[in-house]
Amino acid sequence: MSDANAGDVVVEMLGITKKFGTFVANDQIDLTVRKGEVHALLGENGAGKTTLMNQLYGLYQPTAGEIRVKGQRVHITASSVAIAHGIGMVHQHFMLVQPFTVAENIILGQETCSVPGVLDLGRAERMVTELSERYGLTVSPRAMIRDITVGMQQRVEILKALYRGAEILILDEPTAVLTPQEVEDLVGIIRNLTTEGKTVIIITHKLKEIKAVADKCTIIRRGKRVGTVNVKDVSEHELAAMMVGREVSFNVTKPEQVCGDCVLQVKDLVVKDNRGLTAVKGVSFSVNRGEILGLAGVDGNGQRELVEAITGLRHAESGSVIAGGIDVTNRPPREVLDAGIAYIPEDRQKRGLVLDYSVAENFILENYAKKPFSLRGLLNREAIRKYAKDLIARFDVRPPDEKHKAGSLSGGNQQKVIIAREVSNDPDLLIASQPTRGLDVGAIEYVHQSLVEQRNRNKAVLLISLELDEIMDLSDRIAVIYEGRIVGVIPAKGADEKSLGLMMAGGGAQ
Amino acid sequence: MSNATQNPVDIQDVGVSRRAINPLALTLLSILFGLVIGAIVLALAGYDPFAAYWVILQGTFSRPKYIAYTIVYATPLILTALSVSFAFKTGLFNIGAEGQFMIGTVAAAVLGYYVDLPPVLHVLLCLLAGMIAAAAWGGLAGYLKARFGVHEVISTIMLNWIALYLNNYVVHVIKDALHLTNPTTPVIRSSARIEFFAIWKDSAAGQAWRAVHPFWDDVLRTPLNLGIVLALLAAVVVWYILKRTTLGYQLRAVGYNRFAAEYGGINVKRGMFISMAIGGALAGMAGVCHVLGWTRYIADLAASEGWGFNGLAVALIGSSNPFGCILAGLLFGMLSYGGSKIQSSLGAPTEIINIVIGAIVFFVAMPKVIRLLITRLRREDRHVR
Repeated sequence: MSDANAGDVVVEMLGITKKFGTFVANDQIDLTVRKGEVHALLGENGAGKTTLMNQLYGLYQPTAGEIRVKGQRVHITASSVAIAHGIGMVHQHFMLVQPFTVAENIILGQETCSVPGVLDLGRAERMVTELSERYGLTVSPRAMIRDITVGMQQRVEILKALYRGAEILILDEPTAVLTPQEVEDLVGIIRNLTTEGKTVIIITHKLKEIKAVADKCTIIRRGKRVGTVNVKDVSEHELAAMMVGREVSFNVTKPEQVCGDCVLQVKDLVVKDNRGLTAVKGVSFSVNRGEILGLAGVDGNGQRELVEAITGLRHAESGSVIAGGIDVTNRPPREVLDAGIAYIPEDRQKRGLVLDYSVAENFILENYAKKPFSLRGLLNREAIRKYAKDLIARFDVRPPDEKHKAGSLSGGNQQKVIIAREVSNDPDLLIASQPTRGLDVGAIEYVHQSLVEQRNRNKAVLLISLELDEIMDLSDRIAVIYEGRIVGVIPAKGADEKSLGLMMAGGGAQ
Repeated sequence: MSNATQNPVDIQDVGVSRRAINPLALTLLSILFGLVIGAIVLALAGYDPFAAYWVILQGTFSRPKYIAYTIVYATPLILTALSVSFAFKTGLFNIGAEGQFMIGTVAAAVLGYYVDLPPVLHVLLCLLAGMIAAAAWGGLAGYLKARFGVHEVISTIMLNWIALYLNNYVVHVIKDALHLTNPTTPVIRSSARIEFFAIWKDSAAGQAWRAVHPFWDDVLRTPLNLGIVLALLAAVVVWYILKRTTLGYQLRAVGYNRFAAEYGGINVKRGMFISMAIGGALAGMAGVCHVLGWTRYIADLAASEGWGFNGLAVALIGSSNPFGCILAGLLFGMLSYGGSKIQSSLGAPTEIINIVIGAIVFFVAMPKVIRLLITRLRREDRHVR
């Protein structure tokens, strides 16, 4: 890692400016990447990291500035040109053909042929195996994409780039979709790649990962380069401050308080998943006023089905859900909302927002039919506008324009819109499902404060998260779910990562 | 799928979407390209395209009568296009406008002949009954989708056939009952007619007035009727429902993202039913106006006449916007009425017009191609500057 600095400069981006209309996404950004190093691009959502890399990969043309690859000035007018220069990119959203095998996906567009026009899959599979062994990317070339995990799919994307001769790999938010174990594997893969002389540029807003894998880090804030640092010389705190432009607090302070009466009572709940298999196998728990109950667990252990059954979005086979004394088992979402339950869904773009609706229209998604937003079947546009302006100001949604389409907000601001909407419903119980997924530190801090605030106002919060740190920081009690069962509920005070991890793997509570 | 959903990354990262191209310009260019393709086909077939388009223009605008006929042609198309658009805003594809239209014509022809009522009431009854029957017809497809998950494209296609044979069945039952020679229903009563000045214009007084007002005389030769007024009103009502009412908010939310709508407590299934029912009512209205204002009877049909299917194309050209539907409907009326004249004046087959229409729809449905062309043009424009 240390000798990486000695490598030759492979990519230089000089004075890159990119404008979209009047909006300046990149403002005179310089970036120098040396051979064999892992260079992180750090910045908040909407800072312009991906835009910068899209220019290196030929998806956008810079408005001004120049790009040099191995010392030569290049005009990357398309991704095919980027590939010809040895630049490969793995996007945040994978571009794979689901019913094709791994090998078929990798050779797609550059097929191996025995006779022209006749596919030689055997050779392709051998090449894939050889590549994957060389870089420690274990994948089975014959597996179907739809059958393998997201982490595996990412490896396929990396292999695809390597197969096309990539020397410089751009990874866009590679860990956003991975489990903690998969993240560790990815770190190993990146190490192998650099050992083999490849250069990796990684776009991220996660500080931990930068500390774990990167040699250099260039920080971008609001389209401008803040600086480039040697990662080993700076702390996570310093990186965060450079990224956000102010000091960030990682710790959540919450006063001691006594829990009140029970707000949500779930009893023997059984729920099936989309495939008809039983995903929740008789879960019982309760959430009380003035507490945050954290539900910890590895992804896919029934969390999604459990929450959807509580909120009326999924049919429960048996068992009961009682909210504030009202039985809302298998009642439509409208009645669950009216029983005082608000829900921050894990998929904000699919469930939480109508992306084609304006921010104002999204704010009334649950209350559109109520006064003052609707009067005698007509929308009261003045009331909706006023309400939206108020929420935008209170929750600092950017840009502060109620007519802005929700779909064109940054992830953090989309989440703010949802939180604003849910919290202003003044719910007795707020269910937050992975509320910080894909958000940067500034936004995470904000979300955490909002949840604790609910608790401090003597409301109840049910927090479902895959991030154990988040659960341990915020919760008063922690329930662990494993294979559709609650394997234990413990007080957060004194809970340690190790024993929780054991429970999450099915170890059971003491 | 729109560009925005395919590329969430760059939009999020940048905070603004790419410079948008005016959808109206996009449509107008599509129409232009469609006309160019039609011209090429005409030229290949050995006809002078300029002469042909000149005939269409003249055949549409040179006499008041022609303009009136264009409007008469456009009226049912505007309404069926509104029907398709309304369902589309709720995320449903109403292929069934054709059948719903026919249900409207059947109701109008039957009630227009059998019921005896004073003029205005008679029209109102026909409109109401036709719209309700067609709303049920459309609503049935919505119900099947909501309750059993039957795709509305399949069910509405089936319902179109059922409507066609229902039409023929009704025609034959009436023919037999009244001992008619031709397989048509008898002409509706005068009290149900909605042609402008239907009775007066053929009376002695009307003839005398028309003799000294040549412009209006020419207009009154046509079955220009109340339908166009109703169609324009319907467009305004559709726009109002979608944009200003609580119901419209719900329906659009279902159309844009049914998962978020469900999450927000909107009854998605009810929305599907209502949307298809309203769509049916609009297509039914088209059928009623068509019979009361123009044909005045219905006949045994070998195949459906295509007013609903053409409404699909009109809705597409009008980008599912109520006011776009009006303009696209008029364009369609112009092409089909004016276009019918190239046969008599040039000997060119009328089918060429269908090629033009097809090409326009083709380009409208391929906005990416047009976008590409526009971006190219813009880029050149910038270089010049």
